[in-house]
Amino acid sequence: MTSTLFDKIWQDHLVSELEGGESLLYIDRIFLHERTGSIAMQSLVDQGRGIKNPEHVFCTIDHIVDTTPGRTDMTLLPSGHEFIRSTRKLALDFGIQFFDINDPRQGIVHVVSPEQGIALPGCIIVCPDSHTCTLGGLGALGWGIGSTDAEHAIATSTLKSRKPKNMRITFSGVTAPGVTAKDMILHLIGEYQASGGQGYALEFAGEAVTNLSIESRLTLCNMAVEFSAFSAVIAPDEKTIEYVKGRPYAPAGKQWEQAVEHWQTLKSELDASFDAEIVIDASKIEPCVTWGTSPEHVIGINDTVPDPLREDNLEKRAAMQRALEYMDLKPGEQANKIHIDAAFIGSCTNSRLSNLQAAAEQLKGKRVAEHVKAICVPGSTQVKAAAEKEGLDKIFIDAGFEWREAGCSMCFYAGGETFGEKQRIITSTNRNFEGRQGPGNRSHLASAVMVAASAVEGHITAPKQSGENNG
Amino acid sequence: MDKFTDHFGLTAPLMRINIDTDAIIPSKRMRSVSKHGLGPSAFYNWRFHEENVENPEFVLNQAPYRDASILLSGKNFGCGSSREHAVWALKEFGIKTIIAPSFGTIFYKNCIRNGILPATLGEKELEQLAESVANSGDKHSMIDLEKKIISHGSLEFSFEIVETDQKTLLAGLDPITQTLLHAKSIDEFISQDRSSRKWAHLD
Repeated sequence: MTSTLFDKIWQDHLVSELEGGESLLYIDRIFLHERTGSIAMQSLVDQGRGIKNPEHVFCTIDHIVDTTPGRTDMTLLPSGHEFIRSTRKLALDFGIQFFDINDPRQGIVHVVSPEQGIALPGCIIVCPDSHTCTLGGLGALGWGIGSTDAEHAIATSTLKSRKPKNMRITFSGVTAPGVTAKDMILHLIGEYQASGGQGYALEFAGEAVTNLSIESRLTLCNMAVEFSAFSAVIAPDEKTIEYVKGRPYAPAGKQWEQAVEHWQTLKSELDASFDAEIVIDASKIEPCVTWGTSPEHVIGINDTVPDPLREDNLEKRAAMQRALEYMDLKPGEQANKIHIDAAFIGSCTNSRLSNLQAAAEQLKGKRVAEHVKAICVPGSTQVKAAAEKEGLDKIFIDAGFEWREAGCSMCFYAGGETFGEKQRIITSTNRNFEGRQGPGNRSHLASAVMVAASAVEGHITAPKQSGENNG
Repeated sequence: MDKFTDHFGLTAPLMRINIDTDAIIPSKRMRSVSKHGLGPSAFYNWRFHEENVENPEFVLNQAPYRDASILLSGKNFGCGSSREHAVWALKEFGIKTIIAPSFGTIFYKNCIRNGILPATLGEKELEQLAESVANSGDKHSMIDLEKKIISHGSLEFSFEIVETDQKTLLAGLDPITQTLLHAKSIDEFISQDRSSRKWAHLD
């Protein structure tokens, strides 16, 4: 046996090998949302096709929906409600599992699917959203697809794909206190570039990975797409099994026992061969933050903004120069002195309960700097309720944060929510692209704890030592 | 889906690396539940300073490139969000082919599903091609998908594309129809899987 974890999951789903090296794979779960799911379902209607197995198709409202308290179907994007209403109608007509705005299960798709037991170890789950790789944190194989492939998946319960190569990324050793899964993934992308994982399915391994909670593993896998990887997985272990047990869509009774028996086999064989390997000493990782407009523009909190003239690759140098101009930064500026206008905690990367708990630790008894507008958007309605039960909402609100309803919100300005033109934002999200969070916005990606600490200081700063590594 | 066999068109060099799908079609410009009407919003934040005020410095706003149908770009073109709107926007804007050293994985598949050719060419060759286009009066290039060749003036390069994707584009095949040819194997697989991995089935 020389199979990797990824090989095993792939093999379990192989319907047939097709001509030309493509595989036809069975898809266990398909998750849709109002922005692209609506188009996929509408297109199916237009073609006169149906959904092969509606029981395995899920849909939530997250991308465009308003997150202000008391929300309705209306959004800041004038036509946003059309996406929501069309999705609702199609989801109900097709009889798929639908989590509407006021449903307690509503939330960001990749927060909801582990929470509800929809994504399971060893399963394949796809969604027309690039961050579906998040679910690798559970040992599920997930990847993002376009609308046409979403249509294909719901119509046939399969997808055609070419099998990517295997890459193992081992984080050896133990991370320092205050260094989170977000810092681990930013560090990786900073070191090995935004295209470093192209053509590969990643397996994250090593002591620093197995030490992570399941929620932090989801954060780690979330940004595999920013590394251009096909997907990422982490072998399920006792923590995973404990996490999945009893969730609404998870198997129960005899089937639970069968599932666990299977999940315990889901790991790479000792002699499995990987096409590429990266080993990172986790103890050397600092809290990280991005300075530019690509997720590879990463520096440690104690570093300075790099000088493009010291980059030999001319294309990279040009991209760095463009980024500096857009970000209104100069080489040599210290990361921990960069002044911020706004702070955002949310998104499928960092909006789960443990992230909010860790951020609240940083905020307890403090106030955000006077010039900083700060917003927290819990990842799901369930996360929000759990946080409120512990009184976290009060800590956020007392510190001067807005406390919102669940959704993708300011991660990407889809519903029109934004801090305003050219604002400089410290953000727990996953993309710092030009204009991603609004016109001319300058986004600095960081962990939720760094966002919270920076909001208080009014400039980018390392989280206060708390031994916490869940944020 | 439309067939793609060959194409003769104006070629524009947009030689930046890591061009993301947010740049190709900003979220805010995805305004309706439709694959159509996105062309005018392609590269919106780069083409326009503000609503309807063009940025004259952006290559696709410059006279020879305004009607480009072939785009040359740096590595990792189309990285980021899975939004197929990026491909629909480019298609409606008139782009038929993108040539880059590498592509965002999801974007690449979305191109194939929509009859757009994502051709891979080495960084050095691309640089040469981009330079040749920029320095010559005639910005037209010829693409032959069957032979996997792009030519500009006297320059000729062989590009790469996965064979099945080449076939799909040449024949204009509809992916769902193709897959439904395997309906029997799919049903057999599911029925077998229902007993071997019963725990994974909700129905």
